[in-house]
Amino acid sequence: MSLLDYFRSNKKPATAVTAKERLQIIVAHQRSERGAPDYFPQMKQEIIEVIRKYVAIEEDQVSVQLDQNDDNLSVLELNVTLPEKG
Amino acid sequence: MAHIIVVTSGKGGVGKTTSSAAIATGLALKGHKTVVIDFDIGLRNLDLIMGCERRVVYDFVNVINGEANLNQALIKDKRCENLHILPASQTRDKDALTKEGVGKVLDDLADAGFEYIICDSPAGIETGAMMALYFADTAIVTTNPEVSSVRDSDRILGMLQSKSRRAEQNLEPIREYLLLTRYSPTRVKTGEMLSVGDVEEILAIKLLGVIPESQAVLKASNAGVPVILDKESDAGQAYEDTVSRLLGEELPLRFVTEEKKGFLKRIFGS
Repeated sequence: MSLLDYFRSNKKPATAVTAKERLQIIVAHQRSERGAPDYFPQMKQEIIEVIRKYVAIEEDQVSVQLDQNDDNLSVLELNVTLPEKG
Repeated sequence: MAHIIVVTSGKGGVGKTTSSAAIATGLALKGHKTVVIDFDIGLRNLDLIMGCERRVVYDFVNVINGEANLNQALIKDKRCENLHILPASQTRDKDALTKEGVGKVLDDLADAGFEYIICDSPAGIETGAMMALYFADTAIVTTNPEVSSVRDSDRILGMLQSKSRRAEQNLEPIREYLLLTRYSPTRVKTGEMLSVGDVEEILAIKLLGVIPESQAVLKASNAGVPVILDKESDAGQAYEDTVSRLLGEELPLRFVTEEKKGFLKRIFGS
């Protein structure tokens, strides 16, 4: 930075803040899939296909999550947002 | 027992080889018998950074295949008594590395009395990278303050926690450290670059060191001298601190705040 820069207005939004927010989301997503078995993505896809046979849903209306608790217990959580009846 | 340290990152070009060379040299300077191994089969470069490219006769894959013994393949560093380099093969493909083969070489190095074995990982998450991290006791995750590097580092952390020997055998997990490289305090101050704190918060691992973006790094690689030997330089000193912390010393961070500029520099720019 030189003296000239002091007279220029540099009040642009800090891009590092955007970078941090984007990374926090993507890393949280990556970590939620970590430790899941290799068959998990395919199983998730097939569950969505089965639901689609009966109800028209988009991929982002379904969340399938595998939670591992400490005491040797895994919970498969399936959350489907059904479209409103029209 | 030899201590096995992998220098890894996922993303390429973040400074793995520079860091491997500097850290291995630093450990050797502190009196520890150290070997640094290039796992980048087919794209050998550690020898250049260490300045021993003209002394390579046999390589890592030759040793694995029994075509040469360790003593023939190890290159003794000319500047530093306790330091040896095991170069990668330039001709074979990455599948030349097997768990059995790599494990045997690491065992033999431990038997030969090496205290620290530094594994310089290739980029990516394929065989070479997985072999470099598989046997590790400690991982130094080299990261630039930049989105793709941080994301890839997180991927590598996942691999360390699931695909390593320690994970597979349910042993105490690999010790994971963050090494933030190419850091520019000035750009952090203007909000253009993720700060040390940001990256620590996202990756949630212990910080080992911060290496500032420095002209000394290119000068050092031009000359084939590990940058840690440039004791006047900011990067060299930052690597020295990093090595001390690796050995358990508590040191404050340096080179993370903007350097004060003189009056003339302020007017004419840098």
